Amino acid sequence: MKRIFPTHPTNDPVIENPWQRLREFTDARIGLGRAGVSVPTKHLLAFQLAHAQAIDAVHTPLNATELIHQLTQQSWSPPSQPFRLHSRAEHREMYLQRPDYGRQLNKASEQTLEDHAYLSDETYDVAFVIVDGLSALAIEENVLPFLNELVPTLTSGPAPWTIAPLCIVEQGRVAIGDHVGELLHAKCVVVLVGERPGLSSPDSMGLYLTWGPKVGNTDAYRNCISNIRPAGLNYPEASRKARYLLNEARTKQLSGVQLKDRTDESVIEHDNDNNNFLITKKKT
Amino acid sequence: MTNNTTQFRFRHTVGERTFGFKSLAELMAKATPARSGDRLAGIAADTAEERAIAQMTLADVPLKLFLEELVVPYEQDEITRLIIDEHDAIAFAPISHLTVGGFRDWLLSDMATPSTLQKVRQGITPEMAAAVSKIMRNQDLILVSKKCHVKTAFRSTIGLPGHLSTRLQPNHPTDDLTGIAASILDGLMYANGDAVIGINPATDNVAQACRLMKMMDEVIQHYEIPTQSCVLTHVTNTIECIEQGAPVDLVFQSIGGTQATNDSFGFNLATLADAREAALSLKRGTVGDNVMYFETGQGSSLSANAHHNVDQQTCEARAYAVARKFKPLLINTVVGFIGPEYLFDGKEIARAGLEDHFCAKLLGLPMGCDVCYTNHAQADQNDMDNLMTLLAVAGCTFIMGIPGSDDIMLNYQTTSFHDAMYVRQALGLKPAPEFDQWLQHTHIFNDDQFTLNHKIPAAFEHSLTNMLKGN
Repeated sequence: MKRIFPTHPTNDPVIENPWQRLREFTDARIGLGRAGVSVPTKHLLAFQLAHAQAIDAVHTPLNATELIHQLTQQSWSPPSQPFRLHSRAEHREMYLQRPDYGRQLNKASEQTLEDHAYLSDETYDVAFVIVDGLSALAIEENVLPFLNELVPTLTSGPAPWTIAPLCIVEQGRVAIGDHVGELLHAKCVVVLVGERPGLSSPDSMGLYLTWGPKVGNTDAYRNCISNIRPAGLNYPEASRKARYLLNEARTKQLSGVQLKDRTDESVIEHDNDNNNFLITKKKT
Repeated sequence: MTNNTTQFRFRHTVGERTFGFKSLAELMAKATPARSGDRLAGIAADTAEERAIAQMTLADVPLKLFLEELVVPYEQDEITRLIIDEHDAIAFAPISHLTVGGFRDWLLSDMATPSTLQKVRQGITPEMAAAVSKIMRNQDLILVSKKCHVKTAFRSTIGLPGHLSTRLQPNHPTDDLTGIAASILDGLMYANGDAVIGINPATDNVAQACRLMKMMDEVIQHYEIPTQSCVLTHVTNTIECIEQGAPVDLVFQSIGGTQATNDSFGFNLATLADAREAALSLKRGTVGDNVMYFETGQGSSLSANAHHNVDQQTCEARAYAVARKFKPLLINTVVGFIGPEYLFDGKEIARAGLEDHFCAKLLGLPMGCDVCYTNHAQADQNDMDNLMTLLAVAGCTFIMGIPGSDDIMLNYQTTSFHDAMYVRQALGLKPAPEFDQWLQHTHIFNDDQFTLNHKIPAAFEHSLTNMLKGN
């Protein structure tokens, strides 16, 4: 057998790992090689860049003006102007330390929605609440293409959904959707939120659905679709799951643990025996 | 601060001013070094001065009082009952006359030798450990931890002085077996995995857990690696896996320090007892029979709204009473995972890591640490380098090892395979002796035991060649 691995020490201070080619099977940072026992410069700096992007994703504010402008350009956009709302967390520092503030609207935003409900006698099947969460980047990149995929399929068909004015919330957490949904008298709320950024995924968006939104609802009342982004769960697939959950929720008039996502029943793929390459039968 | 002192259980006068504290729990919370979780709970000291006064007041509290004034009511909480009912008065005798402040002096003194510390262990309650930690500096926590020797074993011997083990954590966002195998190979080639090869499954159910257990068992057997595997799934899942005949080495569970916390996690002490019995019945250990693996972390009780207004560090220490009951092979605090609302920055994370390690070691547990942070905390790799190094000096039992510090499933950063090699080389620490022998025997290590061989070990060359050639 011809050797494909080095057998002699070299003068290069960086020792490469021949198994780095296994990276085609995982995003894990394997096969980095080493300088002594430490991470080589090139990989050290690549890590720093990824961390910098993740931190920027947490701290860069949402460009709400631009987002609202773009949303109103869409053919499916509800006729009334979107609401620009804010949580009780005044700034990011407060947001990070007071999760309870991020779950409630501030007084002004509360008033805005109360006024709307007072003046309007419309009822809504669903309210979309767009929340910066821990990654405004995730919202800026994914909200528009995702809603373009989902909303037209909801507003057409035999039982079209009526959609509340869009709500954009700054410094918000998932549960703020309940506050918004309750004030708008919406039957159902869909929260689109920037998820906690990972090193390899600073732009991941989450979707949380609640039937009968009400302040104080726990996670047990919510259904979640996670990792919505081109490199994760793509828009058509995420939209398909969301539509399934929405229709099921409307049929059963509930959401959360009693509503199971059965769009992918075969969770465990059929592994063939060769999947674990560390165990191979010796050929002579 | 007030002049009306009658309503206070504890009082401290400085000049003409008197500070008062209504209960032992309140006093302990106010004496705790500053952190965001206690502020979030509304139980932290209001000022730096109040904190310092609370520490002085706490230092005067007799250790005996912790057996009478219970921070979580006995009737409401099975962990309080465990702590009180199983307290060893004979072991406690040598330190029973001390105050919290006197206990610190005693721990640091030459009187507290490793063998003395081992003898008094069962006389120390989690609240006593938490209390004394609050008036100790980081170097105190390190020095006393180093004197607390805790040895456990399954297929490798963990916790011997001069050794530092690692958990190889080959997580994958879809539990893809090829991806997991690639990370396991990477870790083994970097001499990681002597504490456990432990996977957090992305899909958390019994079938998936069985599949991952089987895969790891095959690797361990094929290469005759003196280590153990674990799938970090819910304890009730693991019990089912055992019933279905899966090769379970270690039973995992996340645990908290109040009964209500553990209720929210979906288990109680009886569940853990059943699981331990089931795992012991498999008799899979070769050099020991410690079959449990626990994870903890400050903030879990508050997060579950189950903290009884007890500070998060004291709640954490109470989780060690749960762990101690079931003789684990491994336990680790996942110190920076919970986020900045509980531990705000690198400084708070480092302090918490040292406290958790100290309290657990003092109580006799094989404490390791997931030295970690999330991207919304004010922390970076340098903070992790600092804490990892401090913990290794303190004699920490094990740390995590993951490819390039990046957990692509759980989306956080922990210590890398390289980090473990760094800290072993910097401080002259060895892996578990059985694993160390295996590393030398398979030529992963050079003869000096601290540097890696640049060649692919013969045992792995065959499967790797096939894989890379695309067979």
